[in-house]
Amino acid sequence: MEIPFAITLDVGTSRANHTGSWRVERPVYVDRMPPCNDACPAGENIQGWLYEAESGNYEAAWRKLVEENPIPAIMGRVCFHPCETACNRVQVDEAVGINAVERFLGDLAIEKGWDLPPVGTDTGKRILVVGAGPAGLSATYHLRRLGHQVRLVDSAPQLGGMMRYGIPAYRLPREVLDAEIARIVAMGVEVELGHVVHDIDQERREGGFDAVFLAVGAQLGKRVNIPAGDSSHIIDAVSFLHQVADDDPPLLGRRVVIYGGGDTAFDAARTARRLGATDAVIVYRRNRERMGASGEELEQALGEGITVRWLSTVNKFEGDRIVLEKMELNAEGFPEPTGEFEELDADSLVLALGQDTDLSLLDQASDVTVEDGAVEVQASMMAGASGIFAGGDAVPADRTATVAVGHGKKAAHGIDDFVMGRIPAQKDRHELATFDRLNTWYYADAPRTKRPELEKIRRQTNFEEVIGGLHEDNALFEARRCLSCGNCFECDNCFGVCPDNAVIKLGPSQRYQFDYDFCKGCGICVKECPCGAIEMVPERI
Amino acid sequence: MTTQPVHFYQIGSFAVGNRLLSDDERTVQSNLDRTNSIDSGHRACQGCGEALGARYALDAAMRATNGQIVAVNATGCLEVFSTPYPETSWRIPWLHSLFGNAPAVATGVAAALRVKGNRDVRVVAQAGDGGTVDIGFGCLSGMFERNDDVLFICYDNEGYMNTGVQRSAATPPAARTATTEVVGPEPGNIFGQGKDLPRIAMAHDIPYVATATVADLHDLERKVERAMELHGARYLHVLVPCPLGWGSASNETIHIARLAKESGLFPVFEAENGKVTSVSKIRRQVPVEDYLSIQRRFAHLFGKNPRPDVVAHIQEMADQNIARYGLVDEDADSKEMAE
Repeated sequence: MEIPFAITLDVGTSRANHTGSWRVERPVYVDRMPPCNDACPAGENIQGWLYEAESGNYEAAWRKLVEENPIPAIMGRVCFHPCETACNRVQVDEAVGINAVERFLGDLAIEKGWDLPPVGTDTGKRILVVGAGPAGLSATYHLRRLGHQVRLVDSAPQLGGMMRYGIPAYRLPREVLDAEIARIVAMGVEVELGHVVHDIDQERREGGFDAVFLAVGAQLGKRVNIPAGDSSHIIDAVSFLHQVADDDPPLLGRRVVIYGGGDTAFDAARTARRLGATDAVIVYRRNRERMGASGEELEQALGEGITVRWLSTVNKFEGDRIVLEKMELNAEGFPEPTGEFEELDADSLVLALGQDTDLSLLDQASDVTVEDGAVEVQASMMAGASGIFAGGDAVPADRTATVAVGHGKKAAHGIDDFVMGRIPAQKDRHELATFDRLNTWYYADAPRTKRPELEKIRRQTNFEEVIGGLHEDNALFEARRCLSCGNCFECDNCFGVCPDNAVIKLGPSQRYQFDYDFCKGCGICVKECPCGAIEMVPERI
Repeated sequence: MTTQPVHFYQIGSFAVGNRLLSDDERTVQSNLDRTNSIDSGHRACQGCGEALGARYALDAAMRATNGQIVAVNATGCLEVFSTPYPETSWRIPWLHSLFGNAPAVATGVAAALRVKGNRDVRVVAQAGDGGTVDIGFGCLSGMFERNDDVLFICYDNEGYMNTGVQRSAATPPAARTATTEVVGPEPGNIFGQGKDLPRIAMAHDIPYVATATVADLHDLERKVERAMELHGARYLHVLVPCPLGWGSASNETIHIARLAKESGLFPVFEAENGKVTSVSKIRRQVPVEDYLSIQRRFAHLFGKNPRPDVVAHIQEMADQNIARYGLVDEDADSKEMAE
């Protein structure tokens, strides 16, 4: 190069000046645990599947979803969605309607006939799964994917457990239930229905099973001693819902009283209403705040003309008259009798006071501990050391279908480790992506999409589904309300806001990388990252 | 009831990019092939708003002209930190002459190109607020008055930062600088002085005047693009926070620029031929305290001996801007429900 007059050096790029040496802190990309994933009892990667749904790639979203949970169309209806309670968007406007999008994806998969992922290479191990409810089905699915042979037995004539015999059809249409169960059975599962297991050890020995998963549920409705006349009609809610599911509903009359305040009480009341009861009255000994059922369920029930008598107990049932005793809450919040009584006309009384497990099949299994009617299990869901695993309502935990699905998955991995002779891998959990780490400026304002509800008048008389689904437009909208807490969603902010061009964009779905030769450590990228997926760490000098 | 499909893109047009948007709706900065007009290795402070603003504006100008620009630079931070001899951070044709003559040099470059019959290459001149509102003001006013075909960009960091944070005519009232110290009954820079250059530029009735901040990239790029569609004298005034001179944390640069706009202290608008044609509404209004209290140059208004009277005076200035430009939407419910 010819150098002009009075110039002694060639011009060069400033890239020779490695400004990264100024830095005392460096930004690093992190993945944090989104609160929805953290709260999901089934261990779904919700943020992950919403990410796919956001771009309209519903099949990829569904595939990511069924990695953890094989029955999204069911869960999209019956799950009590703790994910939405935990959702960070609550603090911006309203939670993302995760449950609604899950249902949309589940329904779409049924409509399009998408298949579950292929079964694993055959390990030659045989597993017995007792109980074909959500826990048993979930375990079956994950065990098949891990390559184990599964024999699934249930005492009922059809698969589904409490999802079929406990949850009414207006909440979970049977064709949805059947479709998702059929998909699991199609993975190659030996099914035996109407089969009662009396002795688990004997059954295991005779069948040559390497491990057993007990998911027998809680099928026995609790009874209390209520003084009643001979002609008084009393039935427990579990039996009542079971008979309705069998298409053989009992005759309850026009005035039905339901005793209890959990989801089952509401299911029973709403079912009684659909069977022709003009009065369906729930009697509950505590108040609304302490009710076990969800607020959503209460609102829907009230909308269907069901009434609730708070702070009342059933004292006796004589002829066509129920005597209620009024209660009041003491300082600890426990209901105490007041000695005041009132009467209520009733043709029948449904008891929804909780359920017990029938664990008599464990009587001969010496190393399994049963306490308070539930099987004690370790983190791997193993009960004792013998290869007997348990989950769902049979173990101490919240008794919901979602928890059961999570148990099934956990047990399947525990069984896999057990039969393959592996030491269970320790999984590190990412740090929680809390709201204060987000920069919510960047998210567009958007209210939540409500799912349509059946007209009240229609749902009092039939078992049609009450809550409608989303359609493609509003499902996409709802998915896009996700803040992607703690996980990069490639908004290019870090790439754009760096004054030193020290962020390298790696291309679609490849994310970014820092150029530490030039990063001065100003931290703008961290501050302006919408989802909190970058953090500053001190430089080691 | 007719329904209208709502287009909603999660982060809308607030963020730099968005995988859900089509390529032409994304910013220049989100593009892998952006020019990076000012390259890595420049010696600007950590979190420099000016380095960022210059890249935003020039990369946008490069796209708007298919890479056909010449940039003229006044003396100032931007010139000093980008070109310590013999290094340069500029990846575009760039020239520097003196502190005060950038508008005149740009006029000359434009004239030379015209004489050579070159209609494709466009001229951008850039300077800090000192080179614009003080030292280069005469040349700039002349450039406006002659309607020379130059886009002049002022990166406003409200003082002479390169030489040690001295006051300029763009320094806001009450701000502490090396020459407006925190002494006496009216500490910091005095009220009632300084120049509002965007309005002075508008008074020249030139084709285009606009303001922008580094906090709203889409807006800034759109304005550069609009400016490059037009010919004649055009003026873009970009607020670029200075962590050193303002005494703010280096990671707050964009956040502070956003607060300047959201408080109403820095109105963001555009004007053609002397008339305001659009304003950026305030999205989430904040009191001026939110903006002032995170800058050490205003620390004397808070703390042990607070000056609520001075803060109230500054709030009045913000309110005046809000009224003058109509920055707050009366019908707040209808604001960008879906972007």
